[in-house]
Order: sequence, then C-alpha cells, then structure tokens
Amino acid sequence: MKESGTFFRRLSRYYLLFTLGFVGFLISLSVLEQEGMPRVWIGYLFMFATIVLYATLGVLSRTSNVLEYYVAGRRVPAMFNGMATAADWISAASFISLAGGLYLHGFDGLAYIMGWTGGYCLVALLIAPYLRKFSQYTIPDFLAMRYGGASDDNRGGRAVRILAVIATIIVSFTYVVAQIYAVGLIASRFTGVDFSVGIFLGLASILVCSFLGGMRAITWTQVAQYIIILVAFLMPAIWLSAKHSDNPIPQVAYGKLLPHLSAREAVLQEDPKEAEVRAIFRQRADDYQLRLNTLPSSWETGRLQMQRKLDDVKLRNASLLEIRNAERALIAYPKDADEAARVWSDARTQNLARAQPITPHATPYPGDAVTSDIKRNNFMALVFCLMLGTAALPHILMRSYTTPSVHDTRVSVFWALFFILLIYLTIPALAVLVKYDIYSALVGTDFAHLPNWVSYWSNVDKINPLFSISDINRDGVVQLAEISIDADVLVLATPEIAGLPYVVSGLVAAGGLAAALSTADGLLLAISNALSHDIYYKIVDRTASTQKRVTISKLLLLGVAFIAAYAASTKPGDIISLVGAAFSLAGSAMFPALVLGVFWKRANYQGAVAGMIAGFSVCLYYMLHTNPILGGSAAGQWFHIAPISAGIFGVPAGLLTMVAVSLMTPAPGRETAALVDYIRAAEKTDP
Amino acid sequence: MDKVDPTPPPAPLTRKQHWHKTRAMTGWLLLLWLMTGFCVAFFARELTGLSVFGWPLSFYLAAQGASLVYLAILGFYAWRMRRLDLAASPASPAATKEPRP
Repeated sequence: MKESGTFFRRLSRYYLLFTLGFVGFLISLSVLEQEGMPRVWIGYLFMFATIVLYATLGVLSRTSNVLEYYVAGRRVPAMFNGMATAADWISAASFISLAGGLYLHGFDGLAYIMGWTGGYCLVALLIAPYLRKFSQYTIPDFLAMRYGGASDDNRGGRAVRILAVIATIIVSFTYVVAQIYAVGLIASRFTGVDFSVGIFLGLASILVCSFLGGMRAITWTQVAQYIIILVAFLMPAIWLSAKHSDNPIPQVAYGKLLPHLSAREAVLQEDPKEAEVRAIFRQRADDYQLRLNTLPSSWETGRLQMQRKLDDVKLRNASLLEIRNAERALIAYPKDADEAARVWSDARTQNLARAQPITPHATPYPGDAVTSDIKRNNFMALVFCLMLGTAALPHILMRSYTTPSVHDTRVSVFWALFFILLIYLTIPALAVLVKYDIYSALVGTDFAHLPNWVSYWSNVDKINPLFSISDINRDGVVQLAEISIDADVLVLATPEIAGLPYVVSGLVAAGGLAAALSTADGLLLAISNALSHDIYYKIVDRTASTQKRVTISKLLLLGVAFIAAYAASTKPGDIISLVGAAFSLAGSAMFPALVLGVFWKRANYQGAVAGMIAGFSVCLYYMLHTNPILGGSAAGQWFHIAPISAGIFGVPAGLLTMVAVSLMTPAPGRETAALVDYIRAAEKTDP
Repeated sequence: MDKVDPTPPPAPLTRKQHWHKTRAMTGWLLLLWLMTGFCVAFFARELTGLSVFGWPLSFYLAAQGASLVYLAILGFYAWRMRRLDLAASPASPAATKEPRP
C-alpha cells in the first residue's frame, strides 16, 4: 500500500515535470516564431520533438519480462491507467474528424458522443472488473478458459480461442490501418514530406515504443501522449470561446452561442442569394440527370463538343493557357459510356447535396415525419452499436489487466471516461464555435478579401479538396452554399480560423499525431499478443520459454506493423470508411460471449462458438448486403437501418443463438462453475 | 482506523450475498444507463422546446448530459463495490458498517 503510494507520487512528479517542460517548449517556440522562424521549421520541430520523446520513453521502459511486456507488471495506478486508456481510445477519428462530423451533421452527429461514452458503463459494469479478477493476459485467454474448462487446450476452449483471435485481428487491423493513414496524412501536411515517408516516420516511433517495451512502454508513452492531446485540443477551443462569448470555458460558453447560431441559420436560410446558389446547384444536378438519361449518345456528343472546342482554340491561336485547359478537359472526360454513367451520377449526387437547405445545428432529426423517424431510429441504432462495440474492443479491454487490483480497475474505468470527457465535451463546443465563426465572419466576405487560411487549406489537396470555396453566382460575395468543408479539415484548420499563431497549428498537428500513434500502439499490441500468446504459445508450442514468447511477440509486432503500414500507404479509402463498421463487428462477435461468460453459468462452449459465428455472420451479411462500398445497395436495408449499425441485428442474433445452443447442449462442468464463482467473488482486500 | 468500535463487527457477507448484491446493483445501474440513452434519443424532438442555460434541452442532454450521467454511474459503481467488497472480507474495519442494499 505504502509502496504503491510512493510510486504514484513519483509518477505524478514525473508527469508534472513533463507537462511543464512541454509548456516551456511551446513558449520558446512561439518566441522563436515572433523572431521570424519559418513555418516549415516549426512543423519539423514539433514532429521530431514529439517522435523523439515517444521513442525515448520507449527505450527507457524497454523490457523482456513476460508480465511487464503483456500487462505492464500489473502495477499501473488507476488514474494513470485511466489516462492511458483515454489516449488508447482517442483515435485520429475522435481528434481530427469528430468535430468536423458534428459541424456537418449537427445534432445527429451527437450519436458518436453518446455511444462512445456510454460504452464505458458496459465495460465497467459487465466486463472489466471480472477480467482483472481473472488475471491473465489477453481477451481470448478469458474466453478460452471460461468456455474450455481449466485445461483450456481441449476442443471447446481451442475453438473459442481461435474465433476470438480472428475477431480481434479483423477488428483491430481495420482500425490500425486508419490510424497509420492519419499519421501519414498529418506528417505530410505539416512537414511537407511525402505521404509514405510520413507513414514510416510514424511507424518508427510506434515500433521503438511497443517493440522494446510492450504494454509497459506504451502505457507510459500514452500518458504523455494524453497530456499532449489534451493541451492541443483545448487551446484553440478556449481561444475561440473567449473570442466569441467572453467566457474561456468552451463547454459552458457555447450554450449562449447556440441560439445565436440558430438565428443566423434562419437568416441564411431565407437569404435570396443563398437560394440562388442552391438553385444553380440543383440546375447542375438536373443537367447531369439529363445527360445520364440520354446515355450513350450524350457521352458521344459531349466528347465531340470537347474535341471541337480544342480544335477551335487551336485554330484561332488562343493563349497557351486556354489550349492547355481545353486539352486537360478532354483528357479528364470519361473514357467510355460506363465510366460516364458513374462519374456523372457521382457529380449529380454531389450537386444535389449542395442544393440542400441548411441543416439546423440544434434540431434533432430534421426532415418530414417519415425521414425524421428514420433518422431517429438510425441514431438509436448507432448509439447502441457504438456502445456494445466499445465494450468488446480488445485493445480497451486489455487495459483492465494492468492495474494492481480489481478495485483499481473499476476506478480506472471511471478515470478513463473522465479524461475522455475532457475532450468529448469540448468537441460539440468546438463544432459550434467554428460554425458560428464561419457563418458570421466568412459568409458575406468579399471574394477579394478572403482570409489567408482559406487559400492555404484549399490548396492542400488538389484532387479531393478539403476546403473549397468558389463564387458560384458571380456576385463577388461569399455565400454559405458556396463553401464546402471536409470533416477532416476542421480541427486542423481551427487555429488559423481563430487567428492563432502558427505554433498552435503545429501543436494541434502534434496532438492529432499523438492521438493516432497512441491508438495504433495499443492496437498493434492487441494484434501481436493475440498472435503470439494465443496462437503461438497456447496452441502451437505450449513449452515455449518466457524469453522465447516475448521474442516471438516482438517479431510478430514488427511484421504486423509493416503489413499495416503497407496497407495504409496504398491509401485505401475503402478501409478508412469501414472503421465505423469495426464497432458493429466487435460487438456482434465478442460481446455476448464476454457478458454471458460472467453472468450466466449455464453458457457453454457450444453456445459460445455458435453465438460468435452467428453474431459475426449476421453482422457481416448485413454489411455486405447494404453497404455500396462492399457491393451491396441501400435497397436491401431492413427497417432503413444504415450498414454502420449492422450490430443492431448482429448482437441479438449472437445472444439468442448462444442462449439457444447452450440450452440444447449439456451444461458446462464443475471446473467452469468454480471459475465463474471465483471471478464473481469479492477480492481479498489488504487492510 | 484508530477509533474503537464497541459493538462486535457483524459477520462478513457470504459469497452468495455478495454476488446477489452486486448483481442487483449492476441491474439497477444498467437500467439507469439504458433509460438515459433511450430517453435522450427517443424523446429528443419533444424536448427541443425546453432550454437550459441557452441550450435546447435535447441538444444539451445528447452533447453533455448523458455522458455526465454515465460518468456518475461509473463513480457510484466503483464506490459502492468497494464498500461491498470490504463488507465481504473478514476482519476488515469497514465491514463494521452495514452497507445498505
């Protein structure tokens, strides 16, 4: 008790010093910026300073002890474990895209906030303390022992273990590719290095950290990363909040701003100029529709027109620029009628989307009665899937093994949600603040006097512009409908929108990098532990020495990391868009087996195997059937539920199958009952 | 604990009692968790008219209120479970306080 107290105090002192050092670093950089240091150097300094920091922490906590490598020695104090869990949890998607998503979707985006915080109730109440009492190394460990009996190498235990490993790998791999992709994106944006170089820079720091020290190293690195994430996220929000409402606490201040925003929305909605721009977009969409209707002749005539125009400019000796433009238009023209059909229907959808009236930010489920009900049902389904998925994500559950006691695990989940909420309560505030800023300051500006950040962010990605603004109705004034913002740009551009010095932009980029790296660390460890501990040690070679187990684990980590980095370097847009689906899959495959394993003694291995397969299959089937990316179509939806919420069918399917099959087959043996009694019992407390 | 309690400590909770109390509390807290999420999402349109500190009530609940309730559930659970665990362990000073069900 006393020992752990001094350990806690020593840790607190270290991290306090670290925070002070970090603030000092920020101050000195902003002084340097005042002195005229070029922007690109600030980007470099941030990138390299943080990566070196994580690598140093990794080297300092290197280990080859099994207990340290897999579960950080089971001595991480509750508060620090909570902080590390929060860093594990706050991924690139939370840090970079969530505020942008709320900006675009208003109330309906709040499903993510509710789902991703409510899931922790399930983690704490149903799973985490029991995993800690069980005291092994991985999630498949628990399932195999619970459903396989004490000698968990029999058929049942092995089948459950392999299924759990497969689910862990599928879920974590999609997730980790998205994180590494984000690392490449941020590194290349802010230092100007190539995208794939950015990926491998990030990879290096991930590897030094988790490769050398496993769970122990990533825990202490994640605590440092959380501090950076927190500072980076709060600073611009506090600044914007003070600017717009004289109250520096964004979580409180934006309540005052929300009615102003709604009023502004109402004004813009009635504005004739806005209506004019929307009508132009609708006209364009109609044009595309007309061309689509008359395919393939419309493709033929369109190409002839292009060709004629090119000949025309060449003949009348027009300027080189004009000829070049005409050539380029001809090259970009669809190669055949099929491609034309695809390109034009995409263009039609895009134009239609921009012709839509403004989505009121604070109104839940806007639309007519039927649309509104569908939106409400989807909101609830999404919240449900995100919650159950959270409670089945291996890299989060793995964290419940690392605390000194069961009580500490419960407290640590509390701290985890507390630290997550510091960010998550700010996200809706930031969305409202930035929206207010854009609606009131940018809209109505002269096109000749656009702020600098507009041109900077419009030029970042030429092919898929993150931010675009063009004078559609040629009146020289910015209309809201003329602005198009990508969800990913909002947080990264906030410092510039708020008019903060460039140091803060660098800080935000470093925060995004920390969020992506910390999550990637945890995920890679979850994958490599599943492979090394559950497959290699428990199934292939039960006699492996502890030294050999850790070495194998490290080698596998290296292998998985490179495969993930390679996958990310191919810029797989499809994988990235499937990350949300990982929650539904995780929930459907693992949640019923985890919870019934603790709360229902009668659950046996036949039930678990059937339930995991049924849940996973139903979820996968629904996604394949309804997600256009996976070759399905929206027409196949049941009750109009979007494919991301496939878990709403997968989880009940898994649960019912598990109960039915368990009841039809013999009850598990006495050993299993004893194990369940043991994990349910109160822990021995030392007074 | 240097305070001396004159009454003899009650018998520690048996395994069964401890589990039943744990299960009951888990059930109640899960019900609270479910109602919070369900009500906020299902009645969001009806609650829009009301407002707290400037927020429309439904927006506030979805953006902050529900999450804060979840945090409270976790805090309460950790605190009560500590008490239950102490009550179940023999010869522990905290076992002298009878936890209310």
